[in-house]
Amino acid sequence: MNILVCISHVPDTTSKINFIEANTVFESRDVQYVINPNDEFGLTRAIWFKEKLGAQVHIIHVGTPKSDPTLRKCLAIGADKAFRINTPALDGVSVAQELAAFVKSNPYDLIIAGRESIDYNGAMVPGMLAALLDIPFVPNCVGLDIDGTTAVAEREIDGGREKLKGSLPMVIGCQKGLVEESDLRIPNMRGIMQARQKPFEIVPPQEAIAATQDVKFEKPAEKAEVKLVPAEDLDQLIDLLHKEANVL
Amino acid sequence: MSVLIIVESENKLLKRNAAEVASYGVAFAEKLNISCAALAFHATNANELGQYGVAKVIHVSNVSTHFDANAYANAIHGFASQNNVTHIIMGSSADAKFIAPLLAAKLNAGYAPNVIALPDELSPITVKRTAFTNKAFVHTQLLTACTVIGVGNNAFGVIENPVTCTVKEVDAENSDSNLEQVAIEKTTGKATIADADVVVSGGRGLKGPENWHLIEELAEVLDAATACSKPVSDMGWRSHDEHVGQTGKPVSTNLYIAIGISGAIQHLAGVNSSKVKVVINNDPDAPFFKAADYGVVGDAFEVVPKLTQKLKAFKALA
Ligand SMILES: Cc1cc2nc3c(=O)[nH]c(=O)nc-3n(C[C@H](O)[C@H](O)[C@H](O)COP(=O)(O)OP(=O)(O)OC[C@H]3O[C@@H](n4cnc5c(N)ncnc54)[C@H](O)[C@@H]3O)c2cc1C
Repeated sequence: MNILVCISHVPDTTSKINFIEANTVFESRDVQYVINPNDEFGLTRAIWFKEKLGAQVHIIHVGTPKSDPTLRKCLAIGADKAFRINTPALDGVSVAQELAAFVKSNPYDLIIAGRESIDYNGAMVPGMLAALLDIPFVPNCVGLDIDGTTAVAEREIDGGREKLKGSLPMVIGCQKGLVEESDLRIPNMRGIMQARQKPFEIVPPQEAIAATQDVKFEKPAEKAEVKLVPAEDLDQLIDLLHKEANVL
Repeated sequence: MSVLIIVESENKLLKRNAAEVASYGVAFAEKLNISCAALAFHATNANELGQYGVAKVIHVSNVSTHFDANAYANAIHGFASQNNVTHIIMGSSADAKFIAPLLAAKLNAGYAPNVIALPDELSPITVKRTAFTNKAFVHTQLLTACTVIGVGNNAFGVIENPVTCTVKEVDAENSDSNLEQVAIEKTTGKATIADADVVVSGGRGLKGPENWHLIEELAEVLDAATACSKPVSDMGWRSHDEHVGQTGKPVSTNLYIAIGISGAIQHLAGVNSSKVKVVINNDPDAPFFKAADYGVVGDAFEVVPKLTQKLKAFKALA
């Protein structure tokens, strides 16, 4: 079985978010980049399939050489081969088109992506990729079992879970729950050394055209000071929530 | 050019978020000065959208009665391409976010999710949406002729604007499915994090799962959904579907009450777009106090039962 995991490279969750050039560009200086957490859950599951079922795990990323350390980390924790489509990721549509073109000439049994990236929160690449390839798609995936050529994937829905069955190839958008936090792997020395020997291919882009463009950023307004209510006077809290905040 | 508002339904009735999505769609069409209609699957009360300014509803019932994203996306795509629909307005539920990318790819449309306001520019259409998991906003231009816009939960609000509403039954042409529903589990009769007006959330400060009755009792009085911080779900005190924050579910409710939660940056990112935040924590230096509107410095084990009692009395009078 051949699995392709789509990797996004995002600011670490503790990053301060700032903008430069009159709020048109994200300030990436001093920002630590990591594997998008949702993608890492997916990659971890893929490596599990590699160990249990002997799957081949490839990773793919649309981006510039700046992302290479993140991709090397994926190799260090167990992926077999990395591809980077060599073009800046412009928007969800163009990334999905680049990935679709790649998969059309390099078929996989299973394509794993994260539910969403934690920077632009688009939640669109995996679904668009599935639609462009005309294959099934399961988002918010928290459970995945494979039996020959069919997969049963569980997705989280508002207030519950739904189990869906479809034939491979399939695209899933995964999140925490597919594996546990404690299953995540930290690269060890041996993995890091091996990663240097693993194939890392640079793929020329299709020059897909973006459908959207982010033109200006804004930071949320400064928050007013919290109103503290003494623990002995909870009536005051109820009064404030009722009359001032109007939420009761 | 026209606007098509996709509303969701469940058990043959419109879902709660239909009112907000319809309000946005109607205001959007007015701003562009083009016509609009709504499309609903299996909703016997679809005419109630008239309350929010929708004069015409397309009702489709020849598709699967349970939600089937691919079949529904095909049905919407078919209708939109035959009726010169240029802008599709949807919500931000798990189901809406399932359909939207499929639909956008089929329509060759640009898609902007988590939109919080009407467009600030019309050519090209430019919308403001949340990014970096609520740590910032971004103004996004949609460069395609056809667009898909996902309205953030509780971001725009409901606008009452009663008009006469006619419902037209239309058969969708293409409803093949590529996934089979094997099972569905859904808590009934309990508010969900996505739908509730109020969310009561507990953190590691509650010491253990055996103390969660404090959270549940408070939630019950407020008709609230229950949630938790990440370590609480990691330790198995609560199930994963209650985990909120940057790597869990987003919360954008009217009232968010955080109990024994320190307010780490990843937690706040996921809950910040809630309108009013209340924190109960025994450490006056907990970072959550900087992000909250109201705070009580105190021991949750004393404050929460008292608050529950007092709210019960308050609700009984109301
Ligand atoms: C990549 C990454 C992603 C993450 N994503 C998320 C996420 O999505 N959601 C999330 O929640 N976290 C997330 N985290 C974890 C986050 O950094 C914090 O560790 C977590 O939010 C802390 O949870 P907590 O507030 O419940 O626990 P703690 O930080 O341990 O806080 C417990 C609080 O309870 C208070 N307390 C103790 N006893 C009492 C009492 N008797 N009465 C009242 N208060 C009391 C304490 O003062 C303290 O403030 C993420 C971390 C990383 C690295």
